[in-house]
This record gives sequence, structure tokens and C-alpha cells, in this order.
Amino acid sequence: MGMPRPRFLAPMIAAVALTVSVTACGGGGTEASGQAGPGAPAEKIKLTVALFSDFHYAPLYEEFKKTHPNVEIVERRAQFNDHHTNLITQLTTGAGAADVVAVEGGYVGAFTPSPEKFYNLKDYGLDKRQSEYLDWKWQLGVSNDGSSLMGLGTDVGGLAMCYRPDLFKKAGLPTDREEVSALWPTWDQYVETGKKFVAAGVEGAKFTDGPGEHFRAMVEQAPVGYYDEQYNIIAGSNPEVRKAYDMGVRMVNEGLSAKLAAFTPPWNTGIAKGTFATMVCPAWKTGTIKDQNPGEGAWDIAAVPGGGGNQGGTHLMLPKQGKHPKEAAELIDLLTSKESQIKLFKEASALPSLPALYDDPAVKDFVNPYFGNAPIGKIFTDAAKALKPQKVGPKAGDLLKAFGDALQRVEQGKQNPEEAWAQALKDVGRIK
Amino acid sequence: MATRAPERLAEVPPGKPAGHHRRAVRRHLVHQLDVKGSPYAYVAPFFLLFAAFGLFPLAYTAWVSLHEWTLLADEQPFVGLENFRTLLADDYFWNATFNTLSIGVLSTVPQLLLAIWLAHLLNRPLRAQTLFRVTLLLPNVTSVVAVVVIFSQLFGRDFGMINWMLSWFGADAVPWNEGVASSHVAISIMIMWRWTGYNALIFLAAMQAVPRELYEAATIDGASEFTQLRRITIPMIKPTIVFVVITSTIGAMQVLAEPLLFGVYTLTGGVDRQYQTLALFIYENFVKLDFGYASAISWMMFVFIVVIAGVNYLITRRSRGGLL
Repeated sequence: MGMPRPRFLAPMIAAVALTVSVTACGGGGTEASGQAGPGAPAEKIKLTVALFSDFHYAPLYEEFKKTHPNVEIVERRAQFNDHHTNLITQLTTGAGAADVVAVEGGYVGAFTPSPEKFYNLKDYGLDKRQSEYLDWKWQLGVSNDGSSLMGLGTDVGGLAMCYRPDLFKKAGLPTDREEVSALWPTWDQYVETGKKFVAAGVEGAKFTDGPGEHFRAMVEQAPVGYYDEQYNIIAGSNPEVRKAYDMGVRMVNEGLSAKLAAFTPPWNTGIAKGTFATMVCPAWKTGTIKDQNPGEGAWDIAAVPGGGGNQGGTHLMLPKQGKHPKEAAELIDLLTSKESQIKLFKEASALPSLPALYDDPAVKDFVNPYFGNAPIGKIFTDAAKALKPQKVGPKAGDLLKAFGDALQRVEQGKQNPEEAWAQALKDVGRIK
Repeated sequence: MATRAPERLAEVPPGKPAGHHRRAVRRHLVHQLDVKGSPYAYVAPFFLLFAAFGLFPLAYTAWVSLHEWTLLADEQPFVGLENFRTLLADDYFWNATFNTLSIGVLSTVPQLLLAIWLAHLLNRPLRAQTLFRVTLLLPNVTSVVAVVVIFSQLFGRDFGMINWMLSWFGADAVPWNEGVASSHVAISIMIMWRWTGYNALIFLAAMQAVPRELYEAATIDGASEFTQLRRITIPMIKPTIVFVVITSTIGAMQVLAEPLLFGVYTLTGGVDRQYQTLALFIYENFVKLDFGYASAISWMMFVFIVVIAGVNYLITRRSRGGLL
């Protein structure tokens, strides 16, 4: 090959020169916009928000745009499990994550060991919000090493005990929710109430669905659960876990259980037909009950034994892949503000995570006619307020399943409680 | 091809103009290429796709299985055969292997016998033949998810139709998905529901190629219907039986959707892993993002399939030295 002939050479030089100058411009441009102070025409930016259902944020976006006219907000939604597994994939492969992501309570622990993958919200002044929050909710959003504030809480899922007044009446138990709550300040008293229910011999109905959700609630109420302060798995040696397991075994042995695993089709049928009289009830389970159409007033809501509790609730986080952390931080500040949370409670029944709102009449006086006019605003927020913070590690879901399966093996008569416990510990040992 | 070309050059008679000669050679080469090369070009798309989506994953899975490979870790250290060593000592792996074999035998053996019998019934002049044949295929075109969801309800403990029918005979409610045997039977029935008709159609196609004179002669000799089936039909369709046995075996080794969705979505196949199959065991580890271990299980499963399909081939080929 000889030298390129001149008529090719000229355009090539021109092309190279153009590329260089464009690149230079691009670099200069970015710098300039980065330094743009107030008054300078702001650069157009786009923020993506990834959620796992409709959070009813649309009006809040409009509000945000009033102060940030240059920001365009695009929301994308995926189904619950897909949303979270997608996020794990996006973080590990380093591409595709949204600017703002919603992470549900059951998954937060999977991300808090990796603060390097998310922006530290303290860098954007959001640690000033700490005093507004429920303590345990705030702590869930802090990285495991304590160095980084990774997420701001949105809603919480306060815990209660749903019960069937009709079956309670047949068993000669009180039916008023205040009196029912008074029956079981502790889990022991709950089991004792169950024994009375069994003794009354109500035809075709057990006292409760199955021990799994009770076990879960009891462990989560303890000061220390599956993980210690350093995020080591201590599920096998923590006496609180064993206590909850033994309580589950007692429920089985006393014949309280209808042997139905939550969220299965027969369990759904059981809710509608009333084959069990009580179940552990986070705020969002009222929707599940209603979907089975048991009839208005068939289920009512009392306090959960053991003093408060929570299941679910969400945090908003900013993956490091995002290009506009400052605007994104301002957006989540707005989405989780007092004004926004009260709007979202009215709009979407999302229980606020800011205790100052619990005395707001809109929350305190809210009643649900489908549950015998139960004051669900008060019941669920009382439960959320009473909960103490607990370290939640990355594999909490797998750990819960190991013990839940063990209780079911006892319930199904496959193993005695000690064998089932031993196998649960073996399963825990496999969790990496 | 290229090595043969010079020989052919020598055969060209001398005295022809050089240009003509060169053109002739070129035409000859192009023709050769067309005849010998183009078949490969025609089948190439399949093999390219197979290489990309079949061969490459197979080889890559083998590579991954030699590493401690989880998606969450930044490094994937090479561990040699460590994953396989762990696997062979893993109770849950052998439990899954037992379940797979048990469900495989329970579903495949009755399924194939039933399919041959159905094909035999249909292999005679019948009214509305096409209707019967289409009906046979209907369960197979139903989505497996729909089949499992419906069967899970039929096999329900409290409100299931099967327990309701059993109660007519005074039987207690059977918790189908709790026991080992009961869950295997239930899953096998789902598999049989889906595949019996399909296999019956394949057998039927083979049976129709059997010369009718054989049956006529046998009838004249006084052979009963069952003897004809045993002595004529089955030996005559043996190659098809070998094919169906092998495809069914492979299918049975790969059962995933039925145990995954039976009763409730469960990666462990029940609280005691009582119906976790090998494919589900792979999926469980895949979902945990433990790709190294999942790959090792996949390779063990591949080895099992080759061995079992090979044994089945030998058994079915050697049995009943018949007419062929």
C-alpha cells in the first residue's frame, strides 16, 4: 500500500479535526453547565424513577417541576420481584439503573452492604431529615458500615391482628376490637386465647391460618433478630428466634393452625369462607382480604400481640449510575416530605413514616367501613410507632423461609420439632 | 477440493487457447463449489444458531462450573472441581435426583403404555377420526402454567375436587402436596395429561405404516387383538418407540414448571423438598445467583440424561426381536 492520494487525504484531515473539536466542545460544555450558577439558563435534564407499582407520584412530579422547570421526570414500573432482581442485575453489570429507585423493606438489607453502588444522601444535606423519621425506618436506610445514608423512607406497613367477629362470637369470645386487643398483649396470651377457641369447638374453623407469619412477627419484634450488630447471621443461636419457633410449635401442638401457608389459593379460600379466625395483618393485607370478598364486616382488626410491628414499606435510593444526583436528591426530599406523605396517605392509603403525622386528623380519624369501621389509621400507626429498630441483613428472606418451612414440616407431621429445627439450622448454614 | 484441481488441469487437452482454458477451470471450480459447498451453506443457519445458543452455553456452563461464581461478587476465583465435590456430598442434590427419577418413572411408563393403547384404539376405521386425533393433541397445546394451576386446585386439600370424590368412598382428605409419594403421583398425572396424547399421535403415525396384510393374515390364523398388538404392532413400530422413549426420558429429566408451581410457587419443591426435581434445584441456585454451583448441577444433569437415555436406548432396542 502506498501513501493515500491527496484527494482522500483532505477529507480525512477535516474529519479528524472535526471530531477533535466536537469532543473539545462537548467537554467544555459539560464543565460549563456543571458550574452554571443561579440565573444561568439551566441545562435540560431527565430523571428516571423506577417503582414496582403505582405510588401515585404524578401530582408530586408536577409540583417538583414548578421549582425545577428544566427537569423532565420519566417513571417506569415493573412487577415487584422483577423490579428488585432487575436492580441487582443493573448494579452488578453497571448499566441500566434509574436515577431514583424504590426498594421495598424486604430487599433493603440486600443493598445496604454495598454503599459504593449508591450516592450518599448526606452529601446532599438529607441527613437533616433524621429527626422527622421513625427511628427504625431511618436506620433501615443507613449502610451496614454506618458511613452512608443510602435511602429515605416513604411509607411503612404497620402490623395488626385481623380476626373474624362471627367466629369469635361462636366461641364465646369478645367481638369488640378493644376487648379483643386486650385478650392478647403477649404472644403467650394469644396462644391461651387460641386454646379457649379450640375448647369451644367451633365447627369447620381453626384459630389461625398457620404459624409462619406469627413466627416472623415475633422475630421482628425482638431487639435482635437473625443478624447481630455486625451483620453476622446468629439465627441459630439467638434465643429470641428459638422462642418464636417454640411459640409456633405450641400453636401447632394445641391444634390452633388450619395448616394453610399464606398467599396460597387455599389460604385465599380460607379468608373468604372463614376457615380460620385470626391472622397476622400488615396494613397492606387489608387489600388482600378485600380481594377475596369475604363480605363487609366479616373481618375486623385488633392490635398485634407483643407490642407493635411492621412488614413492608419502601425506601427511595439513588444508584451511582445516575448523572444528576443533586436534582434526584431534591426530588426524593420532596417525595418523602410531610406534605407529600399526608397527600399520599389520603390518595393511596400509604401509611406515613413520619410520626408527627400520626396525630393529623386525616390519619388518626381514618376508618375503614369494610372492616367494621376499624380506625386503621390509628391501629397501624400505633404498631409502627411501637417497633424498635433491628439490624436487617441481606438474606433475611431466606432465613425466614428456612424456619417457616421447619414449622410447616412440624405441622404436616413430617418431623418432630427438634428434627425440623436441626434441618432449619442446616439450611441456615447453606445461606452464603 | 483445492488439492484435486491441479490433476484436472492436466486432463485439459493441449492446444486450446490459454484464456479459454482458464475460464473452463474457473467454471469447473465454481460448479464444484456449488455442488459440494452449497449444502453446507443451506444448513449453516441452523448450525450457527446451534453453536450460539446450544454449543456455546454448554461449553460456557462447563467453564463457569469450575469457578466460585456469584453475580454479586466482583471476582470469580477458579476452584477446579470443588463445586462437583460439594455437589456429590449434598443431600439435597441426591434428594432432587431421586425425585426426578421417581417422577420420571411414574409419569413415563404409564404414559407410554397408555399412548400405545390409545394409538391402537384409533388405528382402525372410526367415525370422526380427525376429531379424536385433534382431541388427543388438545392437552398438549394448553399452557403448562394453566395445567399446573388447574391441577393444583383439583389436588387441593380442603376444597379440591379429587379429595371430594375420594370422600364418597369414605377416604380422608389427602394433603397431596405434602407427602413424597402423593406429590409425585400428582405431578406425574399432570405430565401424563399433557404428553400422553402427543405421544399417542406419534405412535399412531407409525402404526399406519404397518402393512395391513400382516393383521389380515394374523386374523386368519386366529390371533387375538392383544396378540396382534404384541406380536405385530409393537415390533413393527419399534424405531418409533425408541425415539419416543428417549424424548420422554429427556423431558422427564427436565421437569421444572410442574414442581415449581404445584400448590404454591416454591423453589424448594415443598417444605421438605419432597418434590424438588433436578431442574428446580438448578433454578433454586440460579435464583440465589450462585451460578458456579448451578452450572455444576446442570452438567451433572447432562451426564445423567446421557446415561439414562443410553440405557433406555439399549433396553428398548434389544427387547422383543420382532419382525425387523
